[in-house]
Amino acid sequence: MDPECSRLLPALCAVLADPRQPVADDTCLEKLLDWFTTVTEAGSSLLLLQENPCLVELLFRVLKSQDLSSRILSFSLRLAGIFAAQEDCFQYLQGELLPMLFGEVGPLGGAAWTAPAVRSGWIQGLRTLAQHPSALRFLAACGAVDTIFSLQGDSSLFVASAAGQLLVHILDLAMRGPAEGRCSPQACDWPACAQKIVCHIEDSLCSIATPQVTQALNVLTTVFGHCHGLWTQGLWVRLSPLVARLLEKDPVPASHSLVDLLLSVARSSVPSSDRGLWETLAQTLSHLSPTQAGPLALGILKLQDCPQALRTQAFGVLLQPLACVLEAAAQAPGPPGLLGGAAGDPMTVDVLLCSKSACVGLLCCALTHLGLLQPLPQRPSPWPQAPLLGAAVTVLRLCSGSVAPTSDVGGRLCAILVGCGRVQRAALDFLGALSQGAGPQESVMQVFSVLLEYLMSPESSSMVLKKAFQATLRWLLSSPKTPGCCDLDPRTQLFLRELLPVLQKRLCSPCWEVRDSGLEFLTQMTRHWGGQAGFRQALLASEVPELTKQLLQDPESYVRASAVTATGQLSSWGLLAAPASPERPGAQQKSLLVELLHVLCADSEGFPRRAVMQVFTEWLRDGHADVAEDPERFVARVLQAASRDQDWEVRAQGLELALVFLGRLLGPRGSHCPCAVALPEAAPPGTLAQALPEAAPPGTLAQALQVLCRVQLFEFAFRALFDCDRPVAQKSCDLLLFLRAKAAPCGSPQEAGDSPNVASVEATLQRWQAGEQGQPLGYLEPGAVMAVLRSIDLEGLRDTLAESSDHVEKSPRSLLQDMLAAVGVLGENEADCY
Amino acid sequence: MKLYCLSGHPTLPCNVLKFKSTTVMLDCGLDMTSTLNFLPLPLVQSPRLSNLPGWSLKDGNAFLDKELKECSGHVFVDSVPEFCLPETELIDLSTVDVILISNYHCMMALPYITEHTGFTGTVYATEPTVQIGRLLMEELVNFIERVPKAQSASLWKNKDIQRLLPSPLKDAVEVSTWRRCYTMQEVNSALSKIQLVGYSQKIELFGAVQVTPLSSGYALGSSNWIIQSHYEKVSYVSGSSLLTTHPQPMDQASLKNSDVLILTGLTQIPTANPDGMVGEFCSNLALTVRNGGNVLVPCYPSGVIYDLLECLYQYIDSAGLSSIPFYFISPVANSSLEFSQIFAEWLCHNKQTKVYLPEPPFPHAELIQTNKLKHYPSIHGDFSNDFRQPCVVFTGHPSLRFGDVVHFMELWGKSSLNTVIFTEPDFSYLEALAPYQPLAMKCIYCPIDTRLNFIQVSKLLKEVQPLHVVCPEQYTQPPPAQSHRMNLMIDCQPPAMSYRRAEVLALPFKRRYEKIEIMPELADSLVPMEIKPGVSLATVSAVLHTKDNKHVLQPPPRPAQPTGGKKRKRASDDIPDCKVLKPLLSGSIPVDQFVQTLEKSTHRPPVPFLLEQHGFSDIKVEDTAKGHIVLLQEAETLIQIEEDSTHIICDNDEMLRVRLRDLVLKFLQKF
Repeated sequence: MDPECSRLLPALCAVLADPRQPVADDTCLEKLLDWFTTVTEAGSSLLLLQENPCLVELLFRVLKSQDLSSRILSFSLRLAGIFAAQEDCFQYLQGELLPMLFGEVGPLGGAAWTAPAVRSGWIQGLRTLAQHPSALRFLAACGAVDTIFSLQGDSSLFVASAAGQLLVHILDLAMRGPAEGRCSPQACDWPACAQKIVCHIEDSLCSIATPQVTQALNVLTTVFGHCHGLWTQGLWVRLSPLVARLLEKDPVPASHSLVDLLLSVARSSVPSSDRGLWETLAQTLSHLSPTQAGPLALGILKLQDCPQALRTQAFGVLLQPLACVLEAAAQAPGPPGLLGGAAGDPMTVDVLLCSKSACVGLLCCALTHLGLLQPLPQRPSPWPQAPLLGAAVTVLRLCSGSVAPTSDVGGRLCAILVGCGRVQRAALDFLGALSQGAGPQESVMQVFSVLLEYLMSPESSSMVLKKAFQATLRWLLSSPKTPGCCDLDPRTQLFLRELLPVLQKRLCSPCWEVRDSGLEFLTQMTRHWGGQAGFRQALLASEVPELTKQLLQDPESYVRASAVTATGQLSSWGLLAAPASPERPGAQQKSLLVELLHVLCADSEGFPRRAVMQVFTEWLRDGHADVAEDPERFVARVLQAASRDQDWEVRAQGLELALVFLGRLLGPRGSHCPCAVALPEAAPPGTLAQALPEAAPPGTLAQALQVLCRVQLFEFAFRALFDCDRPVAQKSCDLLLFLRAKAAPCGSPQEAGDSPNVASVEATLQRWQAGEQGQPLGYLEPGAVMAVLRSIDLEGLRDTLAESSDHVEKSPRSLLQDMLAAVGVLGENEADCY
Repeated sequence: MKLYCLSGHPTLPCNVLKFKSTTVMLDCGLDMTSTLNFLPLPLVQSPRLSNLPGWSLKDGNAFLDKELKECSGHVFVDSVPEFCLPETELIDLSTVDVILISNYHCMMALPYITEHTGFTGTVYATEPTVQIGRLLMEELVNFIERVPKAQSASLWKNKDIQRLLPSPLKDAVEVSTWRRCYTMQEVNSALSKIQLVGYSQKIELFGAVQVTPLSSGYALGSSNWIIQSHYEKVSYVSGSSLLTTHPQPMDQASLKNSDVLILTGLTQIPTANPDGMVGEFCSNLALTVRNGGNVLVPCYPSGVIYDLLECLYQYIDSAGLSSIPFYFISPVANSSLEFSQIFAEWLCHNKQTKVYLPEPPFPHAELIQTNKLKHYPSIHGDFSNDFRQPCVVFTGHPSLRFGDVVHFMELWGKSSLNTVIFTEPDFSYLEALAPYQPLAMKCIYCPIDTRLNFIQVSKLLKEVQPLHVVCPEQYTQPPPAQSHRMNLMIDCQPPAMSYRRAEVLALPFKRRYEKIEIMPELADSLVPMEIKPGVSLATVSAVLHTKDNKHVLQPPPRPAQPTGGKKRKRASDDIPDCKVLKPLLSGSIPVDQFVQTLEKSTHRPPVPFLLEQHGFSDIKVEDTAKGHIVLLQEAETLIQIEEDSTHIICDNDEMLRVRLRDLVLKFLQKF
């Protein structure tokens, strides 16, 4: 331990044990405990106590004091646990202190026990302490296990849960030692402590009170989730009959916990030894109600290794609700549905019809579970893609009221589901997930038609529309390409022709969320299809690009930001303007650059400005035609605007843009010489040829530096280096380090280390560092820049910045000082915050 | 209690309720869908309309070609439009005591009722209802009167001829009762019979019932009505809304504990959510205008238009429509816009608070101020000077049969750039457009009906729990076009009673009690006797005095002392016989014990003059529907014991009867 800390410790212990000097801040105590944990992990606890007798004294004084706060008592219990985790130290404390802290004579019997913090501290102390066989004996001797049993039903959920975990820990510790390797279910072979706990679990499992059953199941779930000894297999052999007996009760008690336990056991090493588990799982699936069985079925299907019959049964459970819906909505007996022609389970139908909330809950769960299952490699095979598509479409049609079921069940389902946003959202998500698999053409047509119906319907809420847009995008992007042709297939083109007027209308919606989702959809679609002739043709024939541009003036900042991104994307692909006139090619797009610059300089909200910076960075990276005309001027203007921005993300993005610019001038990061300018691979066609003139062919470093000086990149970077927001400073530091590394091996052109320019720059930088950033740097010579770069300790600065902002304050010494100082001033100014 | 149903239109109701001794008419809506069968009345000579071919029968007989014209396969009556009135034959309307109006749309038939049926009663309505109702009537009269039509077609109404006509004329009902529009004079006379009321104001009708208007949340001044006596309560819910629009919110709490709830005026478009429709309206409007097209919104001069303007006020800037002119053309446009701003007390809370700032409650004031919204009485005059395209025009009538809208339909119908957006739900847009076909302009149907939908009704009924619900038959089954939508109907227990036009409904509850007041001096004289804990009884001798449906118990006048020798007695001096009253009896006779008593001689009362001391041995007891019969076979005597009476039938043995009577009396309490 730091000698300074050792010096401060007695005073702090005195403060802690003094009820007249309450510690105001709980987090200090937590930090203190963390520190002691670190100290004891690094060295001997016994030595620590011997060198700092004030610590033991503190524990004694806490025990003697009557009116100490519960938080100090709790702290002391945990502290004692930390020390006693080492066996020699445990022996040292065992004689008097530990029984007084954790035994019946301690807080356990006193008034302090009513505070949950004390009970929690007691449990946590024991949890830390129980690391060695001596601890087990101590626990047995002081009767702690019985107390833990009772704490399982504690009124504080934290205490109750910690008690359960402590039991698991003790059980694991007891079985880890001499009993390790045995898996006999015979109790007589097990250590007494373990026997006691297992008997308690057995009793609880047989109890008629559901809370006790729940506690036992939760403990077992933790055992099988965290303990990996062979003994767990024995434990399961012993307890599984009791667990199976729970299934005989109606209703099955604590079904959620039971499902958790069974899944936990199934994921453990038990199945390799006990094939009966699969039978229990199968029974459970058939005993639980459809709503309760869903999570179990999903869990079973996620298992890597499990009998096919059980998987089939579990999949059947997940499919049941949708199968019932399909059956109820069927106009005429059609092809075999989801369950291969088997009729829907009457119990599921009952749940679906009993109330709106039950119906919605069951359907949403089924849809979500199936959606989660879809992308997994272990999903059931064959995957009933076509009936599932049919079911999702049917659910959506029932929700929109556009299907007219003839059956009684169908009619009632329709009445329950019509207009139900939750089911609509879940079904649209599921439909989106299904886009990963193909489907018969007829089903896919139905999917597109129902999606279009939702996108068109004035009844669709903004959230439903967002989901509909997302699902549509997924289906569009997964639509097959026509063989031998790189363009969109005719069906997709037909759909696009219907979709774009809808999108157009949605972009005019009075609801900003809808406009926003529409723009996001457009951006994504353009990103993927900007080069497809079919898409380009359809888009240019519509008013969507024009409307998108108008939304740059939207009153809602999120929409403006999305409009910036969308127009940026459209412009990248040359889709923003109407076919340009031959005399003034790109006239429209130029104005977009001006418009976006205006947003960057004038928009009052951060989101649109950040979006502009991202678009500009992308444009620069991809060699956008407008940027390529005069990249220097472009970068200079953008950096100038970004450097004044109040939003640190805009400034950070400015550095990103600067880095891209550097990359274009000097070659990408990683290569050491500016010998080539790498062209991005994913750039839109047509713009590549007009890449930056300065970059190709590569100029010398001196020329590059000249350019950087002209665009005032250094002023921007140096300013950012002393930015009050750490990420900006870090990014700038990286940039300058990159620049220095690039320049170093290429020799030093025209060194100007001693020129007056360098001195004045350094002086200015010092002032900037001190917070006076008013003065500009003025025009910099490349030589001066390089000299300044070499003179600044960029590595040191990077290391400082890498530390978190409170690294100085985080040292233990500072913690102790702060705690003492806080106590000192507490009486005078109670309102003072830490 | 009876309900006479005079209208078949669920949102334009006209019912008469006979309750106690009063006859109350609930609303008098005018079904204007009949006008859809007529040709539009163009403000400006329309060559297209005037050159439509006459219609002739299949056999070529063209005797109707002056009355009926054909347009795109539809046949229209070329005459002044006529309206379908409420039933006038079902009940003598001169007996109607009062008419209660729920909102301005439901009073359009008022002049027909008050001016032509011998009606002499009073009409009750709130002030905004009357003022805006007047505007609607004024607009209607103006629209029709300013395009005088020389011709009046009546031949086609002949039943034998009507049979031969194509649909929908063939199926039009009660065409013989269709009437032309009333005059302004009749409107003024009808409105003069209205007495203004405020929400929650209690109005006594002849002392028999009390009527109270409650806010219904649908339109400015719209009301539901409570009609109640001391022991019965009927609620009349007509055109109510739970949405937050401009009017005061609906008062639901006061509808609780109704014996009968008459439910009319639900939304006409139960599948459309008004919010979604407003969104649709704005999007389509913006798209059209951006393309350089004009937007026509056929609408009433009051109501949803206020909300639409408010919505556009917030929307136009975001949609980049600030430079687009909005025109509101109606003979009452100015009054409507101004009236809306002065009825602060009838507005929702938000708008009310604006008045205290002071700011105009509706933002259309600002639209007018900034020249974004301009209003004109008609297309003639100033409007033609200011008219600038592309623009948005709000104008009437939503039926597209009369009003300035006819002109715009003729003007803009040929270009696909233009759009007509239907927001009023009262008319089928396809039928409204029929005489304008073929039409190039786009048609968008965004019906905005803020009235209750079936989900809201179901919640409302659960909340207020009426004993019985009465509603138009249309609400008891799903709409014909969506017969599978079982949620589009009223679902309540017991099932709602339904009515249709020209039906008389006996409402399912009986009046059991009547409140009677007791004079203080009479109450003073009573001597209650406790017959069981908590229940005391007293006999009252009094005179029941009934006047103006109020009943009062007064002390009986003292017997007049005979004065002088004359013993003249006048009928009015009749006083009740004040004989000494027999004690009143209460309690019930336990049959088993009674029989035992009959059998046991020792329990018999000592009757000195009877020697016979043994009991009856041949007693038979029979159970009847109302009680028991005890048969003493030997004595040939019957004792009928019922809940409220006991008869001893004993032909010749008076002594035995008296003995048995006394025995019976032993089991009863006397006071």
